[in-house]
Amino acid sequence: MNPTFRKWILLGVIIIAVIVPLVVTNKYYMNILIMSGIWSIVALSLNLILGYTGQVNLAHGAFFGIGAYASALMMLKLHMNFWLALPLASATAGFFGFLIGLPALRTRGSYFAIGTLCFNIIVTLIVDRFEGLTEGARGLMGIPGPGPIPLPWVGKIEFNTQLAQYYLILAFLLLTIFILRRIIQSLVGRSFRAIRGNEELAEAVGIQAMEVKLLSFTISCFFAGLGGVLYASYIGFLSPELTDYHVSFDALIYIMIGGVGTMVGPIIGTLLIVTLPETLHIAAEYRLLFYGLILIAMIIYLPRGIMGALKDLRGRKRKQEVLWKQS
Amino acid sequence: MMILFFQQLVNGIMLGAVYSLVALGLTLIYGILHVPNFAHGALYMWAAFTALFMVINFHTNYWVSLVIAMIVLGLVGVGVERVVYRPLRDAPHINSFIAAIGLILVLESLSLIVWGADFRRFPAVYDQPIHILGIAITLQRLLVILASALFILILQLFIKHTWLGSTIEAVAQNPEGAQLVGISIDRVSGLTFGIGTAMAAAAATLIAPIFLVYPTMGSMPNLKAFVVIIMGGMGSIPGAVIGGFMLGLMESLGGGYISTDYKDLFAFGALVTFLTIRPTGLFGKGAR
Repeated sequence: MNPTFRKWILLGVIIIAVIVPLVVTNKYYMNILIMSGIWSIVALSLNLILGYTGQVNLAHGAFFGIGAYASALMMLKLHMNFWLALPLASATAGFFGFLIGLPALRTRGSYFAIGTLCFNIIVTLIVDRFEGLTEGARGLMGIPGPGPIPLPWVGKIEFNTQLAQYYLILAFLLLTIFILRRIIQSLVGRSFRAIRGNEELAEAVGIQAMEVKLLSFTISCFFAGLGGVLYASYIGFLSPELTDYHVSFDALIYIMIGGVGTMVGPIIGTLLIVTLPETLHIAAEYRLLFYGLILIAMIIYLPRGIMGALKDLRGRKRKQEVLWKQS
Repeated sequence: MMILFFQQLVNGIMLGAVYSLVALGLTLIYGILHVPNFAHGALYMWAAFTALFMVINFHTNYWVSLVIAMIVLGLVGVGVERVVYRPLRDAPHINSFIAAIGLILVLESLSLIVWGADFRRFPAVYDQPIHILGIAITLQRLLVILASALFILILQLFIKHTWLGSTIEAVAQNPEGAQLVGISIDRVSGLTFGIGTAMAAAAATLIAPIFLVYPTMGSMPNLKAFVVIIMGGMGSIPGAVIGGFMLGLMESLGGGYISTDYKDLFAFGALVTFLTIRPTGLFGKGAR
């Protein structure tokens, strides 16, 4: 595909996303779309460290939870405004990411995966047991939504309706995509991919592997925290399960199915996995069975997900065209 | 004072025996296939349900049920290796890890569908108390310790002193060399997976009358077994046994003297601290 065509597709998708609420007016489906938007942000952020930097971080649920709980506590206990709590809570998640990344990123491969998983369990345990702060298993209730933004002359933008929430999430999703895309296309993004390819080689050509991994990890955790903040203010209720490592697994499934290490893959994967079972009304235990089977089949037969399969298909077609022209 | 200490000591040894057994299976599998078999705990859970099913529906003897659970899960393990892990042998290790997460989802949801979400109690067989050194423990707890020790010993003898067992060690030490002398990697992989899973099955059935049986019962022992094999060095058999007992003692003494609320935190906290100091594990030669 040439770049201009790609741009038109991108524009088309954004326009569709903007006019979708005019077609889908059903509250239930709108809710699913909003949730897909939030989980897309989480999946995209995990993809930065996992897909582009090659470090299998299984603590993403913890950072999602840290962002969510931090914003909820800032708003409930410190009576902070949503618009102030949002960057602060995301930064808190990023800061924790930095602190954990310092020791964790020294390990590699399975050790890193299991080390981060253990960190996630620690966070969930603390959130569950530290009742004085987090209310423990009872959960945090009545988390306020985003307050209105005053605009000169026009009045103010309020976020009381579901429609407004949808556009809010969409705006943050687009912002996340834009920023992550810029990072990945930059020189720093290239050093991420160099480390994914071969860490020793990357170090040999002068890349500071530890610093670069730490940067990727911190950014990734920041955006996971952002997803958590948006979730907390949209749902208005938090419980320790939301910091659980199952959240990490969910994000991992979305990425693997959509296509690891691609920009579009995590979004497609999230949309598919969040919307399909909801619209087909599959019972919860059968849904997990179905996820599990899909995940195993994908990793064996299509390890690069839907986007990877599409790329292979296109590559083969192009090769055929070339052969046809030569003959 | 001393009574509390001995009580916690015996509990710690019992927990440690179970962790050792679970970790032993895991480390054996890692040593041969280099797969962090994250679904180990889900297979452990299925073993407890299998034994429970036998005891309740067919009124089989406890030890017969234990052996049946070991055989059934051993065969399931062979099947899992064949269907899920063998196609991934040449793929990056992380792919196997993700496949294992898929396996957990499948095994846990299947268990929910078949057995339901209820917590079940395994009929107690040996709940008569025994008095030693002024403390009272149930016979079951003592049997857990003895039977685990026996299984660990049998496995050790099997690997060191039988022809079949030595093929496992050969492949773990040098896969290419083992193939050169005519050992089939496929067969050894299947065998190892079967034995490793049977070890987890034994652990689950031994502990089932003391704890409850439910679909997610395997997740904590699974994670703790990972903590053990990382600290003991992935693939190291003595590391798994020593690490298992250390973790069990740490948990029960920590739970008794520091805080029961944060009992589970010790294991994971220890691991994170440990990895900070030694990123490649105690006996590790570096991650692959």
